[in-house]
Amino acid sequence: MDFDLTEEQRLLRDSVERLLGDHYGFDKRRSYLAEPDGWSRKLWSQYAELGLLALPFPESYGGFGGGPIEVMLVMEGFGRALALEPYLATVVLAGTALRLAGNEGQKSMILPQIAEGRLILAFAHGERQARYDLTDVLTTARRKSGGWVLDGAKSVVLHGDSAQRLVVSARTSGERDNPDGITLFLVDGAANGVARRSYPMRDGMRAAEISLSDVEVGSEDVLGEVGKAFPLIERVVEAGIAATAAEAVGAMEAMQALTLEYLKTRQQFGRPIGENQVLQHRAAEMLMELERGRSMVMLAAMMLEEPDDAERAHNIAMAKVGVGQASKFVSQNAIQLHGGIGMTEEYAVGHYFRRCMVIEHLFGDTAHHLSRLADAVK
Amino acid sequence: MDLRYTPDELAFRDELRAFFRDNLPGDIRERMRLGHAPSKADIVTWQRVLNRRSWAAYSWPKEYGGPGWTPVQRMIFLEENQLAPAPEVSSFNITMIGPVLIQFGTDDQKKRFLPRAANIDDWWCQGFSEPGAGSDLASLKTTAKRDGGDYVVNGQKIWTSTAHHADWCFCLVRTDSQAKRRQQGISFLLIDMKTPGITVRPIISIDGSHHLNEVFFDDVRVPVELRVGEENHGWDIAKFLLGHERTGIARLGKSKERVKFAREAAREMRANGKPLIEDPGFRQRVAQLETDMKALEITQMRVVSAHDKNHDGKPDPLSSVLKVKGTELLQATTELAMDVGGPLSMPDWAHELAALSNEPELGPEWATEATRSYLFLRAASIYGGTNEIQKNILTKAVLGL
Repeated sequence: MDFDLTEEQRLLRDSVERLLGDHYGFDKRRSYLAEPDGWSRKLWSQYAELGLLALPFPESYGGFGGGPIEVMLVMEGFGRALALEPYLATVVLAGTALRLAGNEGQKSMILPQIAEGRLILAFAHGERQARYDLTDVLTTARRKSGGWVLDGAKSVVLHGDSAQRLVVSARTSGERDNPDGITLFLVDGAANGVARRSYPMRDGMRAAEISLSDVEVGSEDVLGEVGKAFPLIERVVEAGIAATAAEAVGAMEAMQALTLEYLKTRQQFGRPIGENQVLQHRAAEMLMELERGRSMVMLAAMMLEEPDDAERAHNIAMAKVGVGQASKFVSQNAIQLHGGIGMTEEYAVGHYFRRCMVIEHLFGDTAHHLSRLADAVK
Repeated sequence: MDLRYTPDELAFRDELRAFFRDNLPGDIRERMRLGHAPSKADIVTWQRVLNRRSWAAYSWPKEYGGPGWTPVQRMIFLEENQLAPAPEVSSFNITMIGPVLIQFGTDDQKKRFLPRAANIDDWWCQGFSEPGAGSDLASLKTTAKRDGGDYVVNGQKIWTSTAHHADWCFCLVRTDSQAKRRQQGISFLLIDMKTPGITVRPIISIDGSHHLNEVFFDDVRVPVELRVGEENHGWDIAKFLLGHERTGIARLGKSKERVKFAREAAREMRANGKPLIEDPGFRQRVAQLETDMKALEITQMRVVSAHDKNHDGKPDPLSSVLKVKGTELLQATTELAMDVGGPLSMPDWAHELAALSNEPELGPEWATEATRSYLFLRAASIYGGTNEIQKNILTKAVLGL
């Protein structure tokens, strides 16, 4: 048992902190939101220079050989800064799929491009009818002369608008909800038959609805085994849960700091409002929730590499529930303790609030995972 | 960073488990499993078994009769002891008066009291709270006036747990009523409960048990050599106690054991024509508790691991988080066990049990004990600094408000 960061991990955390501190003020963030992609290409190359985009990939593919703890540190930093770049989509989600299931050719072709900041990817799995059910895939892929043809639609694909390549799940056999028969494909975002409608999410991050009609892909673009992608999809989602949990804790830290500052400076009835015990205790409760979130983020990061599937899934579901409940408490009370100013678009707290809200609704919400945990009670 | 136990820590845990399996008397284990409060005899028996291995004084250094364990080992010990389930060692003896004497006691005091505390030859109680001094402990009024080689103690203590069993009481008394700050005129005395002038009156708590007492001191003579630390510096000791060994305060093993028991009992009870364990609402409640316990477990490891590394001796303010969350969970898990019994948890048949009546049972023993425990543990968020006081501590020490 050991909770210390290594020297390298501390350096990583500090350099992320420094980079984002220099480049992610409230106004700068607004200017990135206004860019065509809704995020900063310039910063993306700086992430590449710093090695962040190479972080979780093996050194043999131009990576840094980092693990879940390193990704956790980066994501916490992104959460504090409310970074907009497609790190989750490219490095964490699609990156995990490639790292775990890519063949030699795919990995040596794609991973170095990600590491160098030349390739944006998205993970196109969710569908409109599926809500949080990972097995609910209606998009189909049928064989055609040495390749495949994809038809269907993918919904709320994170950064699906700016991604050059998409990791798309499609049914190659079996009925809806059957975990067997799902296959992952690497699809060029500009391929014939791919149509994308781009929009901002409630937190400003970009996503897309993607339709696929008669999209042809080669057999070399199958990622992993045909019909056997479901366990892989679960791993990708678990990586997404761990990463966004860390991001949420970063956002919670920022909200807690803003709220404390406000309690100390805002004067009412001739004294700082933080002198009211009812508000002090609320702030103490926020702190306790933040600590719960922090502990759960560590659990999720640690469990990502647990070889026992059931054990890993169970613990990561607990982390999703713990962080979901903690971030709801912290973010709702952050607004409440600010009063009116917390409601305004001009003030940061509402932006953190919305990021946490979106994270809660990615990869299964608290109720979804709690009900999975309940199913497992014996 | 690695949350998993090291092979050494796992081996240590297995050693404890094996020892508990082989040495915890079966009748004690069964009473604990059914949720009984451990009797004085059960506590003494088990603490002495542990003390033969130098494990009873689990947080003490070797030179004083403890095992010299690391904080991580202590945490594992507490949890395994609770999971066994075995009676917990006397906290008054082991985590309170022991560390106080080790830190502040004279050589004579250490020699005289520590081995007896470890082996529970002396049963200690704590004389802190008074009718007018609860959360505001420094307002205590019990006085001790010097008269030759003695202090003469007059006043009243209240909420004194197990005073009726106790051989000795460690007491905060006022030795200087003129001190500038209230905290400055307080001293820490060791009082023999057999001294003339002490009256112990029971307070029956809402669970029907006699655990709490009022203790009256009427011209009680206490030799000066039974003062610990300097005269008028007792408040330092009180503060030391508040920060010492708080990691055990979460009592996570106890909560885990209660949830495990509730799950087992829920297989026997019915809900909507099926075993209760299959009821979605019940399962969700269990899942929530298990999630909360997991989070607290990791937070506890973080506090313990930080304590392991920085030996600055200062209490980690995060131990207030452990106290609040730990007691909330303890209360929630005992409530769960009670709710499993449903209406069968409502009969109070402690007296029939005590009388060893041959009449049919009024309800399952575990159910009535679960309710007793639920009622008794309403105190968990009150004792040891109320949970509201803990939030005050967090407000000042961590948030700087």
